[in-house]
Amino acid sequence: MSKNVLTIRNLSVNYQTDQGTLQAMRNVNIDVPKGSIVGVVGESGCGKSTLISTIIRLLATNADIPNGEVDFEGRDILTLSEDEMRKLRGDRLSIVFQDPMSSLNPVLTIGKQMTDIQYRDKKTMAQKRQRSINMLESVGIPDPASRLNQYPHEFSGGMRQRIAIAMALQAEPSLLIADEPTTALDATLEVQIIHLLKQLQSTIGCSVLFISHHLGVIAELCDYVVVIYAGEVVEEGTVSDVFKRPQHPYTEKLLECDPANIAQKTRELPTIPGNVPDLVSLPSGCIFKDRCHTKIDRCDNERPQRIDAADKHYVSCHLRSPQ
Amino acid sequence: MLIYCIKRIGLGILIVMLAVTLLFFMIHLVPGDPARILLGPRATPELIASMSQQLGLDKPLPIQILMFFANLFRGDMGMDVITNRPVADIVFGQLPYTLSLILTAIIGAALIGIPLGCYSAINRNSLADRVTGILSVACITAPAFVVALYSLLIFAVYLKWFPAVGAGEKGDFGDQVAHLVLPAFAIGLSWVGYLSRLVRASMLEVMGENHIRTARAYGLPERLVVFRYALKLAVLPTVTVIGVGMGFLLSAAVFTEIVFARPGLGKLIFDSISTRNYPVVMGSVLVSTILFVISTTISDLINAWLDPRIRASL
Amino acid sequence: MLQAIKRICGDPLGLVGLFLVALMVLSAVLASVIAPYDPIALNIIDRLQGPSFKHLLGTDQLGRDLFSRVLFGGQVALKIALISISIALCIGVVLGMIAGFGPRWLDNIIMLLFDTIRSFPTVMFALATVALVGPSLSTVVVIIVITSIPTYGRVVRTQTLSIKSNEYIQAELAMGASTFRILSMHLLPNVVGPLFILASMDIPTVIALEAGLSFLGMGVKPPTPSWGSILNDGYNLIRNTPWPIIAGSIPLVLVTLGFTFLGESLRDLIDPKLRKSL
Repeated sequence: MSKNVLTIRNLSVNYQTDQGTLQAMRNVNIDVPKGSIVGVVGESGCGKSTLISTIIRLLATNADIPNGEVDFEGRDILTLSEDEMRKLRGDRLSIVFQDPMSSLNPVLTIGKQMTDIQYRDKKTMAQKRQRSINMLESVGIPDPASRLNQYPHEFSGGMRQRIAIAMALQAEPSLLIADEPTTALDATLEVQIIHLLKQLQSTIGCSVLFISHHLGVIAELCDYVVVIYAGEVVEEGTVSDVFKRPQHPYTEKLLECDPANIAQKTRELPTIPGNVPDLVSLPSGCIFKDRCHTKIDRCDNERPQRIDAADKHYVSCHLRSPQ
Repeated sequence: MLIYCIKRIGLGILIVMLAVTLLFFMIHLVPGDPARILLGPRATPELIASMSQQLGLDKPLPIQILMFFANLFRGDMGMDVITNRPVADIVFGQLPYTLSLILTAIIGAALIGIPLGCYSAINRNSLADRVTGILSVACITAPAFVVALYSLLIFAVYLKWFPAVGAGEKGDFGDQVAHLVLPAFAIGLSWVGYLSRLVRASMLEVMGENHIRTARAYGLPERLVVFRYALKLAVLPTVTVIGVGMGFLLSAAVFTEIVFARPGLGKLIFDSISTRNYPVVMGSVLVSTILFVISTTISDLINAWLDPRIRASL
Repeated sequence: MLQAIKRICGDPLGLVGLFLVALMVLSAVLASVIAPYDPIALNIIDRLQGPSFKHLLGTDQLGRDLFSRVLFGGQVALKIALISISIALCIGVVLGMIAGFGPRWLDNIIMLLFDTIRSFPTVMFALATVALVGPSLSTVVVIIVITSIPTYGRVVRTQTLSIKSNEYIQAELAMGASTFRILSMHLLPNVVGPLFILASMDIPTVIALEAGLSFLGMGVKPPTPSWGSILNDGYNLIRNTPWPIIAGSIPLVLVTLGFTFLGESLRDLIDPKLRKSL
């Protein structure tokens, strides 16, 4: 247990909607070992944002958690009071959001926002500002002292994401959640931000939970990867295991569809046929069966169990079960 | 920013000039001799003739308009036909009463309405929010003169808590404040409702934005999130609304000043109509219009200055 | 339409609004049937009475039955509101379309005109007009028409501009469709909803303005009953009896509330997006 910063066990999240109960996440297990970077990959709507909101406990009001625990540094986050939770946020547990254009307050200066987060520290304003200046410098913002007095709209998208990273890492948290931090940026900036994250992670020594749908980024940055499909973890393991020897048919298909892996010139890009199942009325059996190219009879009725395919490489698929 | 200021002020001046022209035509296109109308029914033919000459009515219309503007620019709005005092003196003598009434009302309304809106937004869909919502609509729709009548009836006539008429003894500040309470309440009440609903709506919108989620994700105390991160954005629209609201407040002040027999622009216009003192009527309307245009211009400028996004794009 | 009524019934405030508005319209239309007395008949013996079975809301200083005066006052208020808002709507729609579809300079002139009209505080403008042409029912209508044209005109102009920039309209224009065809086929259906809501939310303002002017003695001429003139009588008698004030204010407050609740309910029903812009 102590090897992990974050241990998620058997976590389910439901949303009450007009159509009925939407089971956004079902029995999810994720481990984030100390000092490592874990990637979470999946299509849009697979429950990535629900996962993040659950960890930072900012779920929508119509959500409830029927079962599961989220253990962070030895404490179950789900049982903490609102006050205790707020003490963790921005201090031990921090986050970088997807859209740098809208995630900073438009009417307050960067300096104001960065010093506000340090409200817990009993330091003078000058010390707090100095801390923010150092932080901005380390994320590569030129002339940080004067830029502290500027408003978010005076920065470019890439700069804003650097600022967001600086804000998130200012308190040197033990876990940083990065919610698709590079999706809104163009490719060259993406590489820069990834390098920056990796470099800061090793200096600070924190763990990172990196959410993305971009396989290339995950392969480059992460140590471990968790593949989520329609609210369930279908496969997890080290990046090299999962990417070189995928065990779940969904992971295989995902890797096939990644443009980086298309060797031959082709007129049609590969796709996974079919749609994500309706999470209000879940089908019985395997969640992926309708889109699976290797479906067997068992998949129709029996839900696949999580099995150990190799050392620290887990998969939920009947094809890999010993029977 | 500077260019925007100049443009906005230029527009304000243009509108005032158009409004003045409109008023000029209203006086001069009304059937009958303007001099006769200005002097009223008791005027002798000799008086009308000298008045016509004095007003320059024998000159062509464009010249007349120019003269009207030239006089106005010098602060000359003509003479009161009854007391023969300059209209400007009379109007500006009454202006402080109306201004103090309006300012008290709007400041009071903001002090009550904005926190009420915040509270409603934070406790959305609670019983308190629903009750506030219905009461706000009731406050907004209640016409100012009805509120004035009831507050006069209840608080001045029956309970005798506050004085009923006038603006208080000159120099006696406490007395003046006591005379201000009921009139300010009468015109401010609808603004309490209006501001609380406006702040509630814009607060709810702001609270749903991404940067508020960021602030919460960084563990900022809810008090800081609401009052520094959300409220500053949410009050921006109220600044504009208060500027436009000056027009409504000036209208409401007319009724209130009459009901409470309180001196001010509205009372002045009303009294001047009954004595057929047209130069004073026109002067008061003119001054209140200019006041309104100035306040909308200022509120637009303040709004642009408060919002760094707009400030930068100008 | 039936659907709309059904959905209003689901909204308690909208239902209250609908009830109040229906009550007002009915009592105004049937005023001459319901009213127990002639609203302008004097009865000096029964003057200044409180409510009783004989006079439901009491009598005024001339012994006129206040309940009857309130009923006929509602008739006057409704008539003025409907006439002036319809006229303002028609002129506003035409001017708004011209501003939106016409050349740029015309648009600028019309908008400047709208801004100028709006720069007068309404009641001040009304008083200045009354001072010059004298108080009467038609003066009130003219004042309301002039001051409410800009509101409707602006909404229509904004809609026209946004429709004009649509690609399918550009395509139709390129194929030689007439401006009239585009305005009547594409624009009108789009503005009817917002204008209807705007008008229904404008009715309480107009009724209050009429009552206010009549209260000042600058609206309808006595002895024509109006809620405003009942209130004026009440103001003069404030130290003797509260009943005229109560009789004149209750219908006024209920009707403005009713129209506002109904208008908001309709707005949420027809177009939730308007929430912000109205």
